[in-house]
Amino acid sequence: MFELIGIPPQALFGQLLLGLINGAFYAMLSLGLAVIFGMLNVINFTHGAQYMMGAFAAWLLLGILDVPFWASLVLAPILVGLFGVVLERVMLKRIYHLDHLYGFLLTFGLALVIEGLFQWKWGSSGAPYPNPIPGGYNLGFMFMPTYRAFVVVAALVICLATWYGIERTKLGAYLRAATENPTLVRAFGINVPRLITLTYGLGVGLAALAGVLAAPIQQVSALMGTNLVLVVFAVVVIGGMGSIMGSIVTGFGLGLIEGLTKVFYPPASNTVIFVVMALVLLIKPAGLFGQTK
Amino acid sequence: MVGQMMTPSQRMIAAAAVAVLALAAPWLAYPVFLMTALCFALFACAFNLLLGYAGLMSFGHAMFFGMAGYFYGHVVKAWDMPPELGLLAGVAGAALLGLVTGALAIRRQGIYFAMITLAFAQMVYFFCIQAPFTHGEDGLQGIVRKPLLGGLIPTKDDRVLYYVVLAIFLFGYGAIYRFIHSPFGQVLKAIRDNEQRAQSLGYEADRYKLLAFVLSAALAGLAGATKAMVLQFATLTDVSAAMSGEVVLMALVGGLGTIIGPVIGAFIIITMQNYLAATGEFVLVIQGVIFVVIVMAFRKGVVGEFSEWWKARRSAPQARPTAAD
Repeated sequence: MFELIGIPPQALFGQLLLGLINGAFYAMLSLGLAVIFGMLNVINFTHGAQYMMGAFAAWLLLGILDVPFWASLVLAPILVGLFGVVLERVMLKRIYHLDHLYGFLLTFGLALVIEGLFQWKWGSSGAPYPNPIPGGYNLGFMFMPTYRAFVVVAALVICLATWYGIERTKLGAYLRAATENPTLVRAFGINVPRLITLTYGLGVGLAALAGVLAAPIQQVSALMGTNLVLVVFAVVVIGGMGSIMGSIVTGFGLGLIEGLTKVFYPPASNTVIFVVMALVLLIKPAGLFGQTK
Repeated sequence: MVGQMMTPSQRMIAAAAVAVLALAAPWLAYPVFLMTALCFALFACAFNLLLGYAGLMSFGHAMFFGMAGYFYGHVVKAWDMPPELGLLAGVAGAALLGLVTGALAIRRQGIYFAMITLAFAQMVYFFCIQAPFTHGEDGLQGIVRKPLLGGLIPTKDDRVLYYVVLAIFLFGYGAIYRFIHSPFGQVLKAIRDNEQRAQSLGYEADRYKLLAFVLSAALAGLAGATKAMVLQFATLTDVSAAMSGEVVLMALVGGLGTIIGPVIGAFIIITMQNYLAATGEFVLVIQGVIFVVIVMAFRKGVVGEFSEWWKARRSAPQARPTAAD
């Protein structure tokens, strides 16, 4: 069947796996953006830089303190998340009363500063991170590297855990309530400003976690998040930021579409997500899972 | 604005000083620097037309600026046509691109609009990396300067070309001034301030927004094509997301929604880049710091803060000695 359309199955499944992995990162990052936007009304342009910081944190922890990958998976997001908490306390909280535009510009400026400093200190060529689980399985129709399979499963678990945390726990209920009506939630005696700080820290930690997962696959470099965050913006426009599940489905779906494009028409693989965005804007401007406010 | 707070004679003196400075500039500073700064000033004004007067923040204006440069280069170099046609191609191409992306982007409001324009600009960037006529990473090099108006104006001399660029800039700036002070500009401001109300008065908001977007794209294209004419190349830098951010920074530094602000902002940023060029990635770090400082503390920009200070000084002259120390 595959020979009929001239695509060897190895290439097809290989690209589909690659698409699934990219989709896992789109899903984790767009999820973080959506959670932050819901609570802070800020589009976090620093997201790509914080993803990069996660990868760097893991790399530095390994290089300097010999911390293994599995410990970094917990430590790095906490460290970067704390950095996010400081950012929120010192800067972001002062601009909530302003137009959304200023949050966008502020976080854009912060991304430039962070990426510039990392580039100055460590250059832009990138450093390899050793694969924590080398090897793989021969599935008959393709070779499946163990670590890549782990990334897809881990991303799914992280996304579903975030969904569960927000939609099914008490803290999540407070969070959703504070998104709807912060004043009323404060009147119930809940410390909303602290909830906001926590949300930002969590969103940033999620980006850093994605960065740690990406470190063994990609080179750890200062600019690894620069273009990624722009693609994730398109993912967010396509999915709409209204629904957590929507972000997850859109992220994985677009990764697969990108993978398929690489098989059938490679030159368009970089731009296909933007084309999908244009189509969605034509047909359903609010996004696939978005509500118009 | 500052101009409205001055007496007529003060305004005359200020205008005369600016005119003399603009005419004498190529003997006081390096002409290529001045021409580059003027191109960016026009680019920033075009961006500001959209943000300051229509309330639409495009984070993808580099696509118009950069693509117009490529169009200019292709028409003048590959097709061997006169530079006037190159400029025209740059403007028309940018306007067309603006029509397509604008029609899609205005379907969403606010911050989504910024994200959509950014995404389209990134798409154009990826297109430019692959398309044969842009020559990818190498860029379109060696676009030879040709005389303008069928040989009447020789453009090999930088000082002569400076006056051409000054004329182009003044044309663009004058066009923006006319747009803002026309009934069209008034409706645009009404839509910016309250879209529903403008709609209820019978103005089709989307049509006005789209027209503003296309005009802004066309003028950004004029700036980009002119820059390609001056520097004789067009590269990926001019279509990159960093360039889209840079033009936002210029308008922000100068003062959003002031007509002269972006010009001043562009000169400040270009001067800064000129002096810091040797420090590499620190240019970006410093630009980032400026973004942060302005958003946190000086949201009105140079012109906005200055006119506020000027107003305070004039309205309360007796309070000044105590305030100054």
